[in-house]
Amino acid sequence: MIPRGLEHRRVNSPTAVILVTLALAWLALIIGAPLATVVVEAFGKGLDAFLAAFREPDALASIRLTLLVAAIAVPLNAAFGLAAAWSIARFEFRGKAALLTLIDLPLSMSPVVAGLVWVLLFGARGWFGPLLEVAGVKVIFAVPGIILGTILVTVPLIARELIPLMTEQGADEELAATTLGAGGWTVFRRVTLPNIRWALLHGVLLCNARAMGEFGAVSVVSGHIRGLTETLPLHVEALYNDYDFVGAFSAATLLAGLAVVTLVAKTVLEQLIRAGQAVKPAQELAIP
Amino acid sequence: MVALDAAFAPAPLKPARRSWREHSALPGFGGAFGFTLLYVGLIILLPLAALAARPWEHGLGGVVDAILQPRTLAALRLSFLAAAGAAVVNVLTGLLIAWVLTRYDFPGRGVVDALVDLPFALPTAVAGIALATLYSPGGWIGSLLQPVGLKVAYTPVGVFVALLAVGLPFVVRAVQPVLEDLDASLEEAAQTLGARPLQTFSRVILPALTPALLTGFALAFARGAGEYGSVIFIAGNMPGVSEIAPLVIVTRLEGYDYAGAASVGLAMLAVSLIVLVAVNSIQVALSRRGSR
Repeated sequence: MIPRGLEHRRVNSPTAVILVTLALAWLALIIGAPLATVVVEAFGKGLDAFLAAFREPDALASIRLTLLVAAIAVPLNAAFGLAAAWSIARFEFRGKAALLTLIDLPLSMSPVVAGLVWVLLFGARGWFGPLLEVAGVKVIFAVPGIILGTILVTVPLIARELIPLMTEQGADEELAATTLGAGGWTVFRRVTLPNIRWALLHGVLLCNARAMGEFGAVSVVSGHIRGLTETLPLHVEALYNDYDFVGAFSAATLLAGLAVVTLVAKTVLEQLIRAGQAVKPAQELAIP
Repeated sequence: MVALDAAFAPAPLKPARRSWREHSALPGFGGAFGFTLLYVGLIILLPLAALAARPWEHGLGGVVDAILQPRTLAALRLSFLAAAGAAVVNVLTGLLIAWVLTRYDFPGRGVVDALVDLPFALPTAVAGIALATLYSPGGWIGSLLQPVGLKVAYTPVGVFVALLAVGLPFVVRAVQPVLEDLDASLEEAAQTLGARPLQTFSRVILPALTPALLTGFALAFARGAGEYGSVIFIAGNMPGVSEIAPLVIVTRLEGYDYAGAASVGLAMLAVSLIVLVAVNSIQVALSRRGSR
């Protein structure tokens, strides 16, 4: 047994007490206080005022649009993540590093730039703007633009979960299944998917949280038309700028609740993933 | 003749024509790779091409003018300085929090660990209006700071304060796994040899953490420089004073100045990428020195 005296000591020394107190105080100030503000401001004028914020047709329309955008963006990015992970983690080809860099690029992009690029393409003076006008299709200041902005901001989130995991797992199990005569689809469904399901769900969770909460990219392409092109975060902004603070924080509570639920689910999933990794070597050892 | 010679030549052990990809027994490369390329092309490459091409519509002079305009320059300076300052603070606080989470057992450690990720999950607009309320003269923290004469909301300091939350999880999540895997015997050896705790930390632990701290700094910086939602509510957005670079892009777009907006966007992306690449090469250099 390795001496583990240095790990997870109980908080007994004065240094430990000071360090833990400092860390908790900082987190309370930086993360706890804003979260508490949202709840207090939302419920400060009573439950009725809170609920009234959700009787507004514009609020309901913004919730519907947010759900619609996530329902399109998340499955597309999940399909992309699976396809990218299958080709990158299971095959050797030239230009793989460049492809990985490109997939990561949106992470270092300002959300506003992620909205800007779509305006440069499809806006009134964009490359394809005149073409779209002739065809009578509206992308910018309309729902398609909101979806495109959201997709660009969230595109790496699922792929980045799957690629390292599948690379680490290796292709042995899939090769064995293929050699035994299983078709591609069967291998994917019966071998790959069970091995990556928690990581996939983890990625979907993060992607969904970001897609529903995205503000910068969506703000640039939305046009802020109430009841039509306002997602829930944009609705929060509009109410706040109208000095309807109770309404703004009530709508914000919904988004903050989504964030907290996401964090809880994410923590549970991470424990499942860790348990899965711990089980693996034991199973292999059991084979004589 | 040449064809016949080739036909009768002994079969080469390796395929003569090296393919751009290695053969694999697994199926499905074509479909998966094709979809991946199509998606990357439409969602990442095409928009990137527009961002790279549109600034030059009025030539190099147009780009230089767009970026060197005093208002834009002030906004770029504020975004990057505030992001750098906040990332430095994040390195310190992130290290402290990662240390406490990996080394000490205290009630509620699991909840605190999960809470660190809140800035990842909390929509930026929500964080933005909460921070603006919190630090406004009538808010919980703002009312405490006012007697001291410290103004945070609607000043450049507000931008910095907002970025303290945005960058924190990047540093904690970069450092935490390294701290967990750190070989305890090294620390024990240092202590046995008579090193004081602070010496052990600065000579043994800190060098091992440097690459992770650099990664955390770079990610926090890149994210902070481009941050929009958590900042605009608290910043006050006074042109030349508390206006951030992303807001300049929004303003330019509202005036249909696509080339000007794209110039600022391209400059921001370039600086973020340069910092990420620079940090990457420092890490490569560090690991070379370490392995020698």
